[in-house]
Order: sequence, then structure tokens, then C-alpha cells
Amino acid sequence: MADKVIKELTIKVWRQKNAKTAGKFETYKINDISGGTSFLEMLDILNEQLINDGQEPIAFDHDCREGICGMCSLFINGRAHGPDDDITTCQLHMRKFNEGETITIEPWRAGAFPVIKDLIVDRTAFEKVLQAGGYISVNTGGVPDGNAIPISQDDAEEAMDAAACIGCGACVATCKNSSAMLFVSAKVSHLAKLPQGRVEASRRAKNMVAKMDELGFGNCTNTGACEVECPKGISIANIARLNREFLSAKIKD
Amino acid sequence: MTVLNSKIPAGPLAEKWSKHKAAIKVVSPANKRKLDIIVVGTGLAGGSAAASLAEMGYNVKAFCYQDSGRRAHSIAAQGGINAAKNYQNDNDSIYRLFYDTIKGGDYRAREANVYRLAEVSGDIIDQCVAQGVPFAREYGGTLSNRSFGGVLVSRTFYARGQTGQQLLLGCYASMNRMIGQGKIEMHERNEMLDLVIVDGKARGIITRNLVTGEIERHGAHAVVIATGGYGNVFFLSTNAMGCNGGAAWQAYKNGAFFGNPCFVQIHPTCIPVHGEQQSKLTLMSESLRNDGRVWVPKKKEDAIKLQKGEMGPNDIADEDRDFYLERRYPSYGNLVPRDVASRAAKERCDAGFGVNAEGKAVYLDFKYSIERLGQDVIEARYGNLFQMYEKITDVDPYKEPMQIYPAIHYSMGGTWVDYNLMTSVPGLYAIGEANFSDHGGNRLGASALMQGLADGYFVLPYTIGDYLADEIQTPRIDLNHPEFDKKEKAVNERLQRLYNVKGSKSVDSFHKRLGNIMWDYVGMARNEEGLKYAITEIAKIKEDFYKDVRIPGDFDAMNIELEKAGRVADFLELGDLMARDALNRNESCGGHYREESVTEEGEAKRDDDNFTYVSCWEYKGENQEPVLHKEDLVFETVELTQRSYK
Repeated sequence: MADKVIKELTIKVWRQKNAKTAGKFETYKINDISGGTSFLEMLDILNEQLINDGQEPIAFDHDCREGICGMCSLFINGRAHGPDDDITTCQLHMRKFNEGETITIEPWRAGAFPVIKDLIVDRTAFEKVLQAGGYISVNTGGVPDGNAIPISQDDAEEAMDAAACIGCGACVATCKNSSAMLFVSAKVSHLAKLPQGRVEASRRAKNMVAKMDELGFGNCTNTGACEVECPKGISIANIARLNREFLSAKIKD
Repeated sequence: MTVLNSKIPAGPLAEKWSKHKAAIKVVSPANKRKLDIIVVGTGLAGGSAAASLAEMGYNVKAFCYQDSGRRAHSIAAQGGINAAKNYQNDNDSIYRLFYDTIKGGDYRAREANVYRLAEVSGDIIDQCVAQGVPFAREYGGTLSNRSFGGVLVSRTFYARGQTGQQLLLGCYASMNRMIGQGKIEMHERNEMLDLVIVDGKARGIITRNLVTGEIERHGAHAVVIATGGYGNVFFLSTNAMGCNGGAAWQAYKNGAFFGNPCFVQIHPTCIPVHGEQQSKLTLMSESLRNDGRVWVPKKKEDAIKLQKGEMGPNDIADEDRDFYLERRYPSYGNLVPRDVASRAAKERCDAGFGVNAEGKAVYLDFKYSIERLGQDVIEARYGNLFQMYEKITDVDPYKEPMQIYPAIHYSMGGTWVDYNLMTSVPGLYAIGEANFSDHGGNRLGASALMQGLADGYFVLPYTIGDYLADEIQTPRIDLNHPEFDKKEKAVNERLQRLYNVKGSKSVDSFHKRLGNIMWDYVGMARNEEGLKYAITEIAKIKEDFYKDVRIPGDFDAMNIELEKAGRVADFLELGDLMARDALNRNESCGGHYREESVTEEGEAKRDDDNFTYVSCWEYKGENQEPVLHKEDLVFETVELTQRSYK
């Protein structure tokens, strides 16, 4: 498992002091990066270098560094979460890059996700959509036994497929319309596939779609780009399910 | 013992909780509306507490340092959650879960708390199912279970390898419903930096808004700390990068006792350290030990060839493999508890049988279960974990065994709480991993999720009422009270002090130095000499830190280095307390292994005569020695025996 070592890389990265200031690309050199280094560790090394040179390090979002919290973002060489499939940026490793390469790093770009600083964006619009209906209205306590409602394995698995969404925003950043349809549909599908969530499925779909529109996310034109870049492989079949839920709810109105 | 009152109810173990619930006070719906509660942290404990308290009618203010409550590190828990449902008809019961947890914790947890945990475990599963958590199911539609280390029944519920994620999204959804209804005021990217106490009661917190850099005041009738563990003292751990001990440390400095700080869990199945620049360690779920067999070569010459890369694991015949867990612990085999599995791996590696270049890795092999069950079955069970492993290491675990090594994972120690989960500061509560109460010296797999949710859904919402019932006449907390002025000033001064050092070295460089000392001397094996050395070294690092740390950027704006510096300042002090606690506890128990206290077979040896107590440390001021108080552990039901998994 001897990893290659990349002798030199050029890092072109978006720097922006805050939401009110214009940003621009800055270019840095970094040397001797082993292939087993994760992409974010490479940024750590670059930041250490910047601090030692008396400069301000690059601000980027990250937390669990194991691909599940959804905090890391980054548009790397024109792709959300970089040049590998089914992973988040924190799971990307430097072995995917070549000697002497220039790596361009940008924040998520979407009207609904304004830049806070450098590569950090504000994704609270997602939370607001969830607050509009991404739940089952049940209080703590007073619920039936876990085995009282049998759920077929297929339904449970399909619900789980949709529930795997980590809310990172890659779908929005990738979509040419900055649509949040994949994110919203994943939550709607997850809950609609389960008998517990069926009860308020129509109301949920309507409220979440209305909030999504209000917050400035674009419309879906079925390009499928979101599905390709989703680190958790959330299928656009969920969007079809959301449309069906939404339409049938509207017809009932 | 005058300063500590654990408030454990009298009466038979199985009746304590119901009798206590009947005896404690309740706040009326009309009065709940007048009461504010601060919940710091939005993981399973904080999230479930915030949602439940808001549903009950209290006004909740929730805080997290992440950009969304859903990202708290509970989300990374993989394997599952325990509950004594006995759905598998394998003679499981509340008592058996209680007993396994007490024994697994090496008899250093409170009986009454653990029994209550087992008692409410079943309700948690029901609650999560009702919220839409997509647990694994059998063909007949009922819930599936699997087994975890340290137990002989199947009581672990799971959602693929993402159980923590699904449980957290469940309670986060409940939170969102309450945020939407205006019952929870959510503060993201906002970190607690001090506790405000007015007339002896917790009345608020001082936070830093991580986006604007502003110092903020928030008041409430009670404060709940649910900020998880302090494993990042070690720099490298399975914790998320931002996990910190800050809130718990501020509680300690404001009078809350810290319980058993030396009890940290070292998880046996993590991806081994690679190089010098690694930022964190990745866990491979304990559930893998259901189907994976742990081994190293029998022959030293094979190990040396593996270390040099001259041969691979598949070149070693079955008869030349040492399945050391199955050999040493035939009855539990690969499913021994975490502390036992970790020490056994270290023992083999220290003896020179490690399998990677550094000699610090053992194999976890799925070849046998793939032969027995087929690759499709293994893929269905662990597909996402295998993918994660391959992405990190570039090795396909379906074809070649995983390499694993122990790493810091969980803090059993934490803020001391009584039976009501209240700390030694009135009105200040600690729940989930942040408190010390349920896991003793070692936590069993799939029990962290259980404890977080038990505290948040079913324990704290009742016990906090007992305190708040006497607060219904207390008006909204006045943020202009002199105590708020004082604490805000103190926070500003603390941050200014760090910012103005203008030294030459990064925050991380100090954190790494601390981590190395902690791992080498306060890690998997500890002894008197090493611990004393650690205490002096930590003091040196602390001195250097305040002389030479460099924090670039603006003070009153988003400044990630300043955030990290505050956390490392706390870690430096926490590390010192951990070493002191480990030095005091001259026995081996659970994850705490003192080389001076071992059996002839090399197993951990407890000293019940001298150490059957909780170490509770009281802060006495900057650079003062902390004072140790002891809460004696009284075992009314179980008999203390030397733990054996043979």
C-alpha cells in the first residue's frame, strides 16, 4: 500500500473576507503530499503553511471527516466533492490527483447559499425547508410498540435509501438552476414510504415545496446532475415521487 | 460524604425509578410556558431533550457549533442501539441489559442509573419507529436485531451502518417541528464559552457567535449541557474535528464536579494511523466483529515480511494465523468488550506481530464469513463501511482483510450528576456522553445512542420538572445582571489573551504535542512514572502555548483559529486533570489500565477494596490543585466479580 508522493501542486482557491466583500482567487504552492493524505488534510497542511507565513488560513467547513455529517462542501475542479464518485470531500484522497496539477477550489455557488467567508457558505435555507414539514408530527411518549406496525423489508429499505441524505447541498451546488428538489424529495420520500409518515404525506409535500420556492431555490429541469454528484447516491426517482405527492395533494385541494 | 448527594431513591432496584417519578414535582402547562431552558449541543442527548422539552411546553434555546443541529457527531455512530425488547426470544430482559452494562463497565457505574437506562430502553425504540427511523426489518415486517461485544443476546437495533445518523435525523426532525412552531429558538454556529450563575443557580450562558465573532448573553431558568465527550484531548480520535470539552470544562470551572475524567474508551476497530499529517481517525463499526475474525500471524518472520511489504495477508495459510481473541477468550471470541479487544491488539503488536509498516495494525478478516454466507450477504450488512474503508485505504476489504488498530473513541467520564442528572451546580444539568453516569470504566457497543436518547427523551424531561417547579415565580432572566457583565468580560479577556500572544506557532502544533503526550502516557497503558511525567509535560506545553501561539485573522469576525485556540486551552487543562485522575486510580478497570495492577494472565485487575468509588474533582482556581471527593458506589443487587470473557 505504498502511496505515491506528489512533489508539487498548485492550489487555486476562492478567498472572500466576508459576505459583504468581493472575493477572488488566490494561488498557492504546496509540496510533498502523499497520496494517502485526505483532501482536507492537504488543506490543513496548506493552512499550517499560511499561518507560519503570517497569513490568514483558508476557512472551510468540515467536522466528522468520515463522510456522514454533511458539513464539508467544496467545488473541486468543477465538481461538487471533487473528482471521485459517491463520496464527500472529506473522503477524497490525494491519490486522485497528479503531479504538478492545478487544483481549483470554490465554495458552493447558489443564490440560496450565500458565502460567509472563503469556502464557507450559509446553508440554513435547508433547515428552514425541513422546519416547514420534514418530520412526522409525533410527541415523545405515547407511541405504539415498535413491532406494532409491520413494515415490509422493501419499504424499509427504500425509505432508508432516501433517508441516507446528509444535507450537504452538493445537489443544489451542481444544479444549473440551483434547485433543491433532490434534497426535498429525499425527505418527502423517506417519510412517505413508511406507514407512520403516510398520514401527513400530502401536507408535508405542499409545505416543503412552498418553503423551497420561497427561499429562492430554482426549479427542476430534470438534467439529473444532482443524482450524479450526490455523495450518498440519492436517486432522482425520489423527485418523481415528490412530484406525485405534490400533484395529488394539489388535486385534492 | 457531605458535598456529594447522588439522590439515589431508596427501595428495590426495579422500583426506584417509578417511585421516584411518582414522588417528584410536576410543572403545570400554564407555568411551563413561562420557563426557559437552554440546551447546549444538538446530538442525540441534546436534540432529544430539546424536542421533548419544547413539546411539553417549555421555551427552549438550543445551541450548536455546527451549521446545523443535524451535524452533531452522534450522526457518525454506525452500529446500532441496544434495547431490552427480547424480540428475538433469547431470554433478554431489563435485568440482563442492566447486568451486562454494569459488568461491561467493570463495576464502576451506579446501579440505579444503569437500571433506569435499561428500563426505558424499549421506549426509545418505539419512539424512534414512530418518528420514521427506517430500522432494518425482517421479511415479515418486524424489526431486525444483531449482536454486539460483551453480550450473549441479540438486542441491537440498526439502520444499516448509519444508525446514529438515522436516530439523530429522527430527533432533529422533532426539533424542526418545534422550531417551526416557535418553541425552540435555534442558534447554529454558536459556541458556549462560559456559564452564568446568579445566586447559586445556573441562569445562563455566554456564547461566541462564530459567524460574526460577537459575544452573546443568553438567559434561562435552567441550563442543560449535552456537548458530548472530550476525546479530542488526544488530538487524534474518532471524534469530529470540532468536538470539544469546552462547555463541560466551563461548568467545571464554575463549580460542577468532574467525574472519572481518566475513563476514556479506546475502540479496537479503527483504521490505523497513516503518516504524520493525519487529522483524525476513522472508526470501523464494532458490528463488523459479528462477521469478521481478528488475527495476526503466528510466526514472527511472517509478521516481519508483512511489515516490510514482502508478503500479503492472503499468502498466510489458515494454520499460520493466530486468531488471538478466539484463542484467549473462547466463549466471547471476537465479540469481547472494547477494552479487552483493544488491549489484546496492543499486546500482539507490542510483541512484534503487527501487520503494517509501523507494526501497529491487526487484521479483521471477512474471508470466512464470505465463504459461509456469500459476498451479497456481507455487502447487504456492511456495504457502506466496506466502501468507506476502500476510499480511505485504497484496499478492497472483500478481497483482503481490513487493517485495524485501537483509537480514542468515547468518554465514559464527564460532568458529575446526581440521579436527576443535575450537576453539583443547582439548575445545571448534564446529559448523554457529557455526563459520567452510566458506563463506568467501559461502555458497551450500541449503548451510547441508548444513553443519549434515554436521558433526552425519558429522564431529563421528568427530573428537570422537579427543579423548575420551584422556579415558576422566577421572572425571565435579566441579561443586564452584573453576573452577565462579569462573565462576558471574562470571556473577552480570555480570548484577547490568546489572540494577543501573537507568537510563532499554530494552534494545531500545540494540540498535536498535547495529543502525543496523552496517547503515550495517558492512553492505553498507564503507570505512575509516566503519568507524573505527563503532568509536568502538559504544564510545559501550556506555558509555551500562552507564550507562542499565533492566531491570524480578525478578533471580532469569523476566526477559526481563535475558536480552536479556545478549545485547546481547555484541553490542556482537561488533559492535566485526566492524568491526575489516572494517577490517583491505582487499579485497572475497564478502559483504564494501570500497569501496576494486572493479574498473572495479564488481564486488568480491579481493586474493589480501595477504588469502588466515583472520583469527583472540584476546581479550586487557576494553577491550584483540584480537590478529590469520592462518591462511594454501593452495589445492592449485583455481586462484584473479576470480569471474565473466557
